[in-house]
Amino acid sequence: MKSEKKGFVWGHKHLLGLEYLTAQEITHILDTGESFKEVSRRNIKKVPTLRGKVVVNMFVEPSTRTRMSFSLAAKRLSADIVDFSPSLSSLSKGETVKDTARNIEAMGVDIVIIRHTAPGTAHMLSRIINASVINAGDGAHEHPSQGLLDIFTIRQKKGEIKGLKVAVVGDILHSRVARSNIWGLTKLGAEVIAVGPPTLIPEHIRDLGVRVSYDLDAVIPEIDVINILRIQLERQRSKFFPTVREYARLFGINSERLKRAKEDVLIMHPGPINRGVEITPDVADGKHSVILEQVANGLAIRMAILYLVKTAISE
Amino acid sequence: MAWQLEWQFCIWLKPLLANNMTTLLIKNGRVIDPANKIDKVTNIFIQDGKIKSVGSQISKADRTLDTKGLIVTPGLIDMHVHLREPGKEDEETITSGVSAAINGGFTSVACMPNTDPAIDNEALAEFVYLQAKRAGKSNVFAIGAVTKGRKGEEISEMGQLYRGGAVGFSDDGESIKNSEVMRRALEYSRMFNKPIINHCEDTDLVRDGVMNEGYISTVLGLSGIPAVAEEIMVYRDITLAKLTQGRLHIAHITTKKSVELVRRAKEESINVTAEVTPHHLILTDDYIRTSNFDTNYKVNPPLRTKTDVQALREALKDGAIDAIVSDHAPHSEEEKDVEFNIAPFGMIGMESLLGVILTELVLKKVITLNRMIEALTVKPAQILGIPKGTLSVGADADITVIDLNKNWEIDPSTFKSKSRNCPFAGWKVKGKAVHTIVKGQVILP
Amino acid sequence: MPKDKVILNQKDIKNILETLAGKIISQLSNEIRTNPMAIIGIHRLGVPLAQRLKAIIEKRVKEKILFGTLDITLYRDDLNTVGPSPIVKDTDISFDITGKNIILVDDVLYTGRTIRSALNELADFGRPKRIQLTVLIDRGERELPIQADYVGRLCKIKQDEIIDVKLKESDGVDEVVIRKKRNRI
Repeated sequence: MKSEKKGFVWGHKHLLGLEYLTAQEITHILDTGESFKEVSRRNIKKVPTLRGKVVVNMFVEPSTRTRMSFSLAAKRLSADIVDFSPSLSSLSKGETVKDTARNIEAMGVDIVIIRHTAPGTAHMLSRIINASVINAGDGAHEHPSQGLLDIFTIRQKKGEIKGLKVAVVGDILHSRVARSNIWGLTKLGAEVIAVGPPTLIPEHIRDLGVRVSYDLDAVIPEIDVINILRIQLERQRSKFFPTVREYARLFGINSERLKRAKEDVLIMHPGPINRGVEITPDVADGKHSVILEQVANGLAIRMAILYLVKTAISE
Repeated sequence: MAWQLEWQFCIWLKPLLANNMTTLLIKNGRVIDPANKIDKVTNIFIQDGKIKSVGSQISKADRTLDTKGLIVTPGLIDMHVHLREPGKEDEETITSGVSAAINGGFTSVACMPNTDPAIDNEALAEFVYLQAKRAGKSNVFAIGAVTKGRKGEEISEMGQLYRGGAVGFSDDGESIKNSEVMRRALEYSRMFNKPIINHCEDTDLVRDGVMNEGYISTVLGLSGIPAVAEEIMVYRDITLAKLTQGRLHIAHITTKKSVELVRRAKEESINVTAEVTPHHLILTDDYIRTSNFDTNYKVNPPLRTKTDVQALREALKDGAIDAIVSDHAPHSEEEKDVEFNIAPFGMIGMESLLGVILTELVLKKVITLNRMIEALTVKPAQILGIPKGTLSVGADADITVIDLNKNWEIDPSTFKSKSRNCPFAGWKVKGKAVHTIVKGQVILP
Repeated sequence: MPKDKVILNQKDIKNILETLAGKIISQLSNEIRTNPMAIIGIHRLGVPLAQRLKAIIEKRVKEKILFGTLDITLYRDDLNTVGPSPIVKDTDISFDITGKNIILVDDVLYTGRTIRSALNELADFGRPKRIQLTVLIDRGERELPIQADYVGRLCKIKQDEIIDVKLKESDGVDEVVIRKKRNRI
C-alpha cells in the first residue's frame, strides 16, 4: 500500500483544499497518516514532534468533532493548542476575521486551524498571516481533512482507490465534504456518483467528472462505498425538498435498500448523524458501517496534516 | 449657514466669469466626433466655453494645445456611476468623484440615486448639482429614484425630480420587483422623455447569491446568481416597454440571452437601449477562482462566462448594446477586505475604463476606435437627453484628448477616487486621457 | 572523477554480521529465558540489518527472537532545520518492551543524535531491562555521549567524504563505499 517516492518533496505550508493537491501529494498524506495511526496504539499516545509549537483552533462556525479531533491530534504531537471560537455575531460587531487572525498571530502562533461559514476564508487568512493555515471547512467549499480521512478509511478497507465506485448521497450543493471527496477520489482514480434530488445537485458538478443519479435504488447494486451526507433540516424551508419524510423515503439508507447492495459495501457518514433521516440506526451501527473508524482515522490524518504543514519546505 | 453657502457660491462664480472671456485652440489632433461623422486631423476653436469652429483655419487664441498625434473627441460621458454622497462620504464624495472622472477622461457623469438618503425628491437632486458646482470640475447629472426611498413600492415624484435636473430614473442596486410599479414608471416617465434605467434581476432567484452560478460557483461552493435571474427581468421590462411605449434602458447587461432579447426588441422598434461595463466585457467568473476569492471581483451583476463576454462584445460592436459605462462603485478597504460572502458588491472603474477598453477591445480589434467613442459620447447623451457628446458648433466645449500610445500600469493607489477596489490593478494598458476639457477649461492636467 | 572506494563487500558484511551475532549471543543468551532478547531496527537501513541479525541469532540459539522497527522522525530535534518534511515510516513494536534485553540496530553511528531520539522513543514504549546498540559502522565524530556496544567496523573518513551503505533489500547490492561528497542542490 505504501510506496516510497524518490525525490518527493512536500511543499505545502497551508492546507486549503484537495483541489490544490496532486494525486501523489494526497497519497503522501495518507501514507503519513498510516504511520501516525501507530502512535494511537501506543501506551503513551504522544510524540514530541511539535513540542513548543502553538496551534490555534479558530472555529467561527460551531463544530464539536472536527475541533476535538484537531485538538487531540495537536496534543499527541506535543503542541500547545488554544481554542478560540468567537461567534459570528461577535465578530460582525466590529472586529473582522482579519483583525482577529493578526492578533492571534502576534501572540506567536505556528498553525491556525480555521472553520468558517464563508468559502475562501482560509485562503484570505493564508494571504495575511505567516503561520500555516489549515482549512477545517469553509462554507460549502472544502473540508480537506474530512475528505482525506474518508479516502484514508476507504483505502484501508478496500486496498486501493482506483476503480472504486463511490456514491456521495445527499446535499451536494451545500456540502464541503462532497467537494473535498470529489476532488480527492477522482484524482486517485475512483468514480464518484452524486446521488440526491436535482435541487441539491448542481448541474456543473458533472464538469468535475462526477456521474449524477437521482435514483438511489438504480445505482445501489454497483456501488462500493456509500458516503452519506448530513441533511440539514433548514434546507427544507428553503424549498430544496418538500418534507424530511419524503427525503428519507427517496434517499435515506436503510437495511431494505442495502439488501441490493454489494456484500462488502462500505457505509460512511461525516457526522453528526440525523438518525432516521439520511440513515437508519441499524445501518449506522451495522456491519457495513465504518463511521467510527472514520473518527479514529480522522485523528491520524490530522496528525499527519499538522506534521506536514509545519515541516513543509518553505516556498 | 446660509450666508456661508452664498459666499462659497461667489468664490466659485468669480473665476468662471473671468475665464468665460478666454479662447482656446486645439490644433493638429485627429478629431473624432461620431455625432457629426467627423474623423480627420483638424483644429477646434473654443470661445466663451463653447465650440466656435471646427476646421483647418487657425485663429489666434489665448491658449493653444498642440494635439499632434493625439485623438480629440467630444468629452466622454459615464452615464452610470455611484458617487456615494450623501451618506457614504468615506468611500466617495461628489468632489472626489468628479476628480476621478476628470482623471479618467470623463467630462460628464450621471450618478445613481442609491445614496443615503436616496435621491428621490427635487431638493436632493438639486443637492447633487450644487455639490457638483462647488467641486467645479466635470459635469454631474443626477439620476432620480424610480420609487420613493428606492423601496419599489410607490413611484417617486418624477416631475419634481425632473425639475430638479434628473436626467433619468433608476432604483439601481435594486431591481424594480413589482411589475405594476415598473409599468406605471415607464408610462409616467413618458411625460418627461427620460429613461427608466432598470437593474434587472429577479431577487427571488438571486437569493443569497454572490457570484455567477455555474461551474466556478460549483467548485468554490459560493452561492450562485443564475443568468436567468437577469434575463427574466430583461424580458419582462422589454414587454412592459412595448406595452407602455415608455423608454427603457437596461443597466449593466451581462448575459448572452439578455443581449439577444435587447437585439430582438430593437428590431421590433421597442424603445430600449442598453449599457455594458468594461469588467463584464473583459473579465469572467474564473477570476474569482484564480485569485483565490479576491473580493475585488465581487460585483453585481456578477462576472459571467466566456460565452457571455463574447456575446457582449458582439453586441457592442453591432449596436445592440449602446453605451459603455463604468458602474463605478466605490467601497472602502475595510468593507472589501473581509470574507467573500459578506463583502459588498462593486468595483470602481472611471479611472481604468479608457485604458482597459482601448487595450482589450480597440487594440485587439474587437470594436473600432470610433465605435468606442460613440459608446462613450453621443450614445449616452442621447439616452439621457443631455446636450453633450458632440463637437457641434455652439455646443459646450467639453473635450477629451486621448494619447493612444501611452503605456501605463493601472495603480489604484494613484487614483483620485477615494476607494481602491479596482479589479484591473496591476494591468499594463495602452492609451490614456491626457487632457480633459470642460466648458473650454483645461482641467487635466 | 575519483573512484568510489569499496570498504566492505557482500562477503565482508556477511562475516561482520556473523561476528556481531556471536558477540550478542555470548553476552545475552544466558538471560534469554528471564529477559527475552528483542531486536529493533532503526529505519531506514537498520531494519534490514536487524532482520539479518535476527535470522542468524534465531538459527544459532534455536529460539524465536522478538523483532520490531523504529522510525525516529517524530522524535528528531532538527525538524525545523532539515528542510522538506522527512517521510514518516512505520514504527512497529508489537510486544511489550518492559523487562526485555533490547538490541537496537543501525547502519552507521555518527553524531549520536539518531540514537538519542531512538532512546527517547523507546522510553515511551516501556522500561526495558537493558538497551544495547549494534552498528555496522562507527565513523566517530560524536556530538553526544553515546557509544555502541557492538561495532562491525571502525572507519575514519575525510571532511569531504561520505559513507554510503547499500543493502540488497533496498539497493539490490550489499556494499559499503566511501566517496566524495557531490555538490547537491
